[in-house]
Amino acid sequence: MAQVHLRNLIKAYGALQVVHAINLDIADGEFVVLVGPSGCGKSTTLRMIAGLEDISGGEIAIGERVVNDLPPRDRNISMVFQNYALYPHMTVRENLGFSLKIAKRPQADIDVAVNKAADILSLTPLMDRRPAALSGGQRQRVAMGRAIVRHPEVFLFDEPLSNLDAKLRTQMRVEIKKLHQRLGSTIVYVTHDQVEAMTLADRIVIMRDGHIEQVGTPIEVFDNPVNTFVATFIGSPPMNLLEGRVDQGAVVLTDGSRLPIPPRYTAAQGAAVTYGIRADNIMPVGHALPAGDHIATVDMAVTLSEPLGTETLLFAELAGTEVQAKMLNPRPVRGRETMTFQIALDKCHLFDAATGSALRRA
Amino acid sequence: MASNQSHRMRRRGLKIAHFIGLFLAMSVICIPGLWIVLNSFRPTVEIMAKPPVWIPNDLNLDHYRAMFGAVGEGGVPVLTYFRNSLIISVTSTVIAILIGMAGGYAFARYRFKGKAAIFIALMVTRAVPGVALSLPLFIIYARVGLIDTHIGMIVTYVAMNVPFTIWLIDGFFRQVPRELAEAAEIDGCTRWQAFWRVEFPVARSGIASAGIFAFLTSWNEYALASQLTRSVTSKTMPVGLLDFTSEFTLNWGGMCALAVLMIIPALVLTFLVQKHLIAGLTFGGVKG
Repeated sequence: MAQVHLRNLIKAYGALQVVHAINLDIADGEFVVLVGPSGCGKSTTLRMIAGLEDISGGEIAIGERVVNDLPPRDRNISMVFQNYALYPHMTVRENLGFSLKIAKRPQADIDVAVNKAADILSLTPLMDRRPAALSGGQRQRVAMGRAIVRHPEVFLFDEPLSNLDAKLRTQMRVEIKKLHQRLGSTIVYVTHDQVEAMTLADRIVIMRDGHIEQVGTPIEVFDNPVNTFVATFIGSPPMNLLEGRVDQGAVVLTDGSRLPIPPRYTAAQGAAVTYGIRADNIMPVGHALPAGDHIATVDMAVTLSEPLGTETLLFAELAGTEVQAKMLNPRPVRGRETMTFQIALDKCHLFDAATGSALRRA
Repeated sequence: MASNQSHRMRRRGLKIAHFIGLFLAMSVICIPGLWIVLNSFRPTVEIMAKPPVWIPNDLNLDHYRAMFGAVGEGGVPVLTYFRNSLIISVTSTVIAILIGMAGGYAFARYRFKGKAAIFIALMVTRAVPGVALSLPLFIIYARVGLIDTHIGMIVTYVAMNVPFTIWLIDGFFRQVPRELAEAAEIDGCTRWQAFWRVEFPVARSGIASAGIFAFLTSWNEYALASQLTRSVTSKTMPVGLLDFTSEFTLNWGGMCALAVLMIIPALVLTFLVQKHLIAGLTFGGVKG
């Protein structure tokens, strides 16, 4: 087990810099998820930790050891690839035991370790099959088994679930989390799926364009996004953002309607701001959770509804912007029905319209 | 009902036409070969008969017997030619495959200056007809003393085969996902081990097929061999066919017999290796 430290880590391809001097400290046994849209540098960062990409600048340390110039095999890591990268010419057993065989461990030790990993991941009945004869989920488990067999200091996962169908993905997510609890090892996990990030991570690292936007526990980044990018990226459906201007303690939206400044935020008179409301915090009266001490109400015409069973997602228009709201204990909604909505101001956010940064009260 | 029946009739008609087409095509491909095999087993009179005799009256091994007989009685040093062919083809194939693997891997995996230009240059060498090189090659070989040697022929065939093997093997390595080697490196392999223990076995079937092509090219090549070999020390089987021509006669039967002997190892090799050409070996290693 070990910590991982990234210090001013840079990756550049010629003049093109794709990772900009990022710093990150990952604690021993921590499950850290790097999340962000395509091309944000998360996979490149992971591959640099693995030693599959050269480091253009800065430093990576695993444990107390700087590993910048060590080849992958000397870093004591293991990695699960997006496409599994199982060795097609070997059986499951051989795939699992490959790393130990390369390390010239005695066959008896290899058998013990392989059987144990197979047991953990319920691969025992599949041991003599080739990868081609396995389903997607089974291949995924073999890939994980291959990673755990050698007890590395750090596990790296590169979008391991994105080739699975939705149902299997949920199952494997749970298995990965259980595996982490069982092994207690340090995990760095890359995904573009914010649900995966939220459900798996001890800490989430949100990346954009080669920069780290925010680091925090899932709840921290959900409750206190530092900017509009994080606010819209984390959480589903994405946070509603409304443009407005500050006027005497309230935000005046483009159509003239006023919303009080959320209690945890502050903004100068006349400043151009972005008002953030999650769908969970704007609900029709009578179909809402208790909303807290600070409540605002607005009337909106519902243009579309998406029933999800326990709740219904409502699409409505506020100040010329489409807003998504939730309705608990759903009832049928007529076309273009106007409803009164409660906004839980305690859970609302305010951002600088120009920079997108949160305007938190100091 | 009527339309059903007419539909069925048409389907059957198409099927028959399909078979006839296939039969004609296969005939065009196979009859010359079968004709050679047939001729090697029957007397010269029947071979030369006009109109041709399709159904043989008398099959015997006379031509084979004569061929293996003493020189001067229609005998030809078949075993020596066979040995020459084998040494030259096998050695040149092994070298071409080794170079082809190194080159193909480099083209498939690495980016380097002038990559496209080098690749195109390699392919362009294939556009030059081999015979056009025979005179310059002859002069050079004569100067350095490579005429009528195994080494000379091996070098020639390696040069002929390398562009093709590089091109083929490049294609096969491209199909092997990069992640396999990366996974192997993370599993503790050096770059070299990752290649030999993972990438090579996965691309093995492709490399084998490149090997067959290279072998058959060398085994069957005539034009250059006829210029660069002089005597039994290096003459290959295709060149040996010419031993059956003399000033006024052509021993067709003997030629056909030698041709059959030439075809057999090529056929055997192809069948042997074909078993190992299991398609889709790479499939299943990646993706779901």
